[in-house]
Amino acid sequence: MSALVVKGLTKAFGGLKVTRGVDLEVAPGERHLILGPNGAGKTTLFNQITGDFFPDAGTVLLNGRDITRVPARQRAHMGLARTYQIITLFGRDTILRNVTLAALGLSARRWNPFSRLDGQADLETRAMGALQRVGLDHVADRSLSETSYGERRRVEIAMALVQAPKVMLLDEPFAGLSVEERKGVQKLLMSLPRDLTMVMIEHDMDVALEFADRITLLNFGEVVVQGTRADVVADPRTREVYLGS
Amino acid sequence: MTRSLSTLVASAVALLLLATLPLWLGNTYYINVASQILYWAVFALGLNVLVGWAGLTSLGHAALFAVSGYTAAILVTAGHSHLVGAVAAIAMTVATAAVFAVLALRATGIGFLMITLALGQILWGIAYRWASLTNGDNGINFKTRPQPFGLDLTSAPAFYYLALLVFLAAVASMLVFVRSPLGAALRGTRDQPRRMTALGYNVWLIRFLAFLLSGFWTAVAGLLFLYYNQFISPQIAALQTSAEALLMVISGGTATILGPIAGAAIVVIMKNVVSAYVERWNMVLGIIFVLIISFMPEGLVPGVRRLIGVAWRGMRPAKAVITVRGEASS
Amino acid sequence: MNLWLVLAINSITLGGLLFLLSAGFSLIFGLMRIPNLMHGSFFMLGAYMGSTFLAKGFGFWPAALASAASMAVLGGLVERFLLRRLAGQELAQVLLTLGLSFIIADACLMVWTGDPIQPSTPPDLRGAIIRSGLVFPIYRLAIVGVAIAMAIALWLLIDKTRIGAMIRAGVDDAPIARVVGIKVSQLFTLVFCLGAALAAFAGVVGSPYLSIYPGLDAEMLPLALIVVILGGAGSLPGALLGSFIIGFLYNFGQAMFPDLAYVILFVPMVLVLVLRPQGLFGRVAL
Repeated sequence: MSALVVKGLTKAFGGLKVTRGVDLEVAPGERHLILGPNGAGKTTLFNQITGDFFPDAGTVLLNGRDITRVPARQRAHMGLARTYQIITLFGRDTILRNVTLAALGLSARRWNPFSRLDGQADLETRAMGALQRVGLDHVADRSLSETSYGERRRVEIAMALVQAPKVMLLDEPFAGLSVEERKGVQKLLMSLPRDLTMVMIEHDMDVALEFADRITLLNFGEVVVQGTRADVVADPRTREVYLGS
Repeated sequence: MTRSLSTLVASAVALLLLATLPLWLGNTYYINVASQILYWAVFALGLNVLVGWAGLTSLGHAALFAVSGYTAAILVTAGHSHLVGAVAAIAMTVATAAVFAVLALRATGIGFLMITLALGQILWGIAYRWASLTNGDNGINFKTRPQPFGLDLTSAPAFYYLALLVFLAAVASMLVFVRSPLGAALRGTRDQPRRMTALGYNVWLIRFLAFLLSGFWTAVAGLLFLYYNQFISPQIAALQTSAEALLMVISGGTATILGPIAGAAIVVIMKNVVSAYVERWNMVLGIIFVLIISFMPEGLVPGVRRLIGVAWRGMRPAKAVITVRGEASS
Repeated sequence: MNLWLVLAINSITLGGLLFLLSAGFSLIFGLMRIPNLMHGSFFMLGAYMGSTFLAKGFGFWPAALASAASMAVLGGLVERFLLRRLAGQELAQVLLTLGLSFIIADACLMVWTGDPIQPSTPPDLRGAIIRSGLVFPIYRLAIVGVAIAMAIALWLLIDKTRIGAMIRAGVDDAPIARVVGIKVSQLFTLVFCLGAALAAFAGVVGSPYLSIYPGLDAEMLPLALIVVILGGAGSLPGALLGSFIIGFLYNFGQAMFPDLAYVILFVPMVLVLVLRPQGLFGRVAL
């Protein structure tokens, strides 16, 4: 059974069709790369998978369950986590608190108005575990406002990881990073457990190739090429999209 | 460690001062002003749950405040006991808050403000026009203060201690709530609602619960208001009351516990002082509003600190400025 | 005399006044994204100014225009020197207009005292037309006529002129309008002046019929608010329709359920919020 299936997904804003009948199938443990130039509809596709908004037509299956009309918050509880291209963190809190809040989101304790959040040792332990994974455990108590951009990119990933998702959606996790920092994040992503299914958006082809088992190339909201890394790279249509010839 | 110790000492001193206030303040007038500050502070703390922690600015809270007072006044006047009146007042207000929340939470930001303002006006309209229920513009006289456990609350110090107890309960509940997981989640919905949804939080329900909590403390404050003044009229449901309460929250500094308390003290004292000399309280209220929003949007407590800082740096030689900044950033 | 007809005439009159009041409110809201909480103050202060101009010997319409002009100046000053300092902070701007409304209310109380003032109807428009036993007060009809004329003028301004095109562009998408070279901040000042002037004009025109008294501002503001929530922000047809709906509800509600008349006004607003949050003619939800 596939971890994530998208069938005939279609979405229009006004007259503009931003997603046109996109099909996608991601096997458990697969590392799937969604490529495409800016404006190809990659993030819109993600937003429909996470439930930020519902598609006009088509279905989304997560581990075999139809989640097309399931509210976004419930998808998180079903094992779907995401990061944002535009960093979306809690700027007034510490790194640890950011990640703890992510861990709390899946715990029934998030409704508790009485106990102290600081005292929830297991949540913090899990948060520290996620921070260790992304190499930020030594600065966990630093306020987010004092962190570098590269560190914030890693906090984004830690917040998704701490939810122990089955499928993790990464929206341009390399955006705005230097070459060195990219390599670091690349290495971090490669080190994650093989059973974690990951779908990554990237507009720069060279950056993320190494990561991908399979690739989907989007343009103008449509799938242009889909297949293994080697197939897609070799396909002439890929060159066409990227060289605009 | 030293910081938490100094907080502890400061809290103990504040508590001691508050507990002995009628003894060293003496004068009944001042004790009454202190009582007013306390129940307005409870109101401001309740409003701050929405304004400060949920990031939702309500301009309809005066209506909730009035629902509480009117419910108790109408029931007790009709012959029910004070206990029934108080319980019904709180239940009625929280229920009204729930209706407000369902309608107003269709929006955030300016939309939320407009809807709460309009809803507040509806209740003002009921208080003002539905004379057979509310006695219209003449208001309702509330003959006696309650006597919980046979305690007589007629005297100023006795009422002060009731207000103080309620106030301390409100502060304690805020302290607990703000540090709780739900409190952290509420602040999360203020800063990054989309991310909170993606993390598995029900943003709407969290805001709804915050509205109920806010409504609860507003109801309690409304009861104290009724007991203190022994009179309620539509004026209390008007936009001006909402604005005053909001001024307390933002003048002291939102999203803190001390801010709304300080704000309540400032506004109540100012109102008493100004009213003693001129009739122009509305003018003063407006001017403070405009000044604070134009020059100290972060609130008086942090704002004064910042202005003192600017003045301080301005008086020092340039070299010292650099060292000060260097220390701050390292 | 037929009670229903009287109610209908009163409703249309109030609808016309409300349109004059809320057209500016709607344009300001559509363009600047803020409800101008001093809009009721413009109405009341405008009415008071008009009464003073009348007392100084101005004719009725010159007094109305002079009052509108002075409110335009005041509105321009407020926008240019207070609101613009807070550009981008919508919440602070709203609260600023709230604070100013208290100042204006108290200033009016100082200058014009608390006693109601009822300017007399312009001499040419006194009396009534009687047709087949039905009485039509001329001034009421004149208010409707003025409102219709103003609606047409506004429609021409917004739909047919260059400035109107810029305002429409700004309402639709201020950032894009800025990119294509429209000076949005100047539009803000302009629309604020226009809105203030219209509100003041409405205040003067309405004063022989409503009379002027402290608290008039707080009574008119929520009406403008409901009209715009009903009709949709930035939409003149929406403001027109909303004004007449409220005009009718107010008068018929008053006659049939005097205790709850004020509450009934808000029923359509609540329905719109639940069923169509962008308003009847608006494009964006609140």
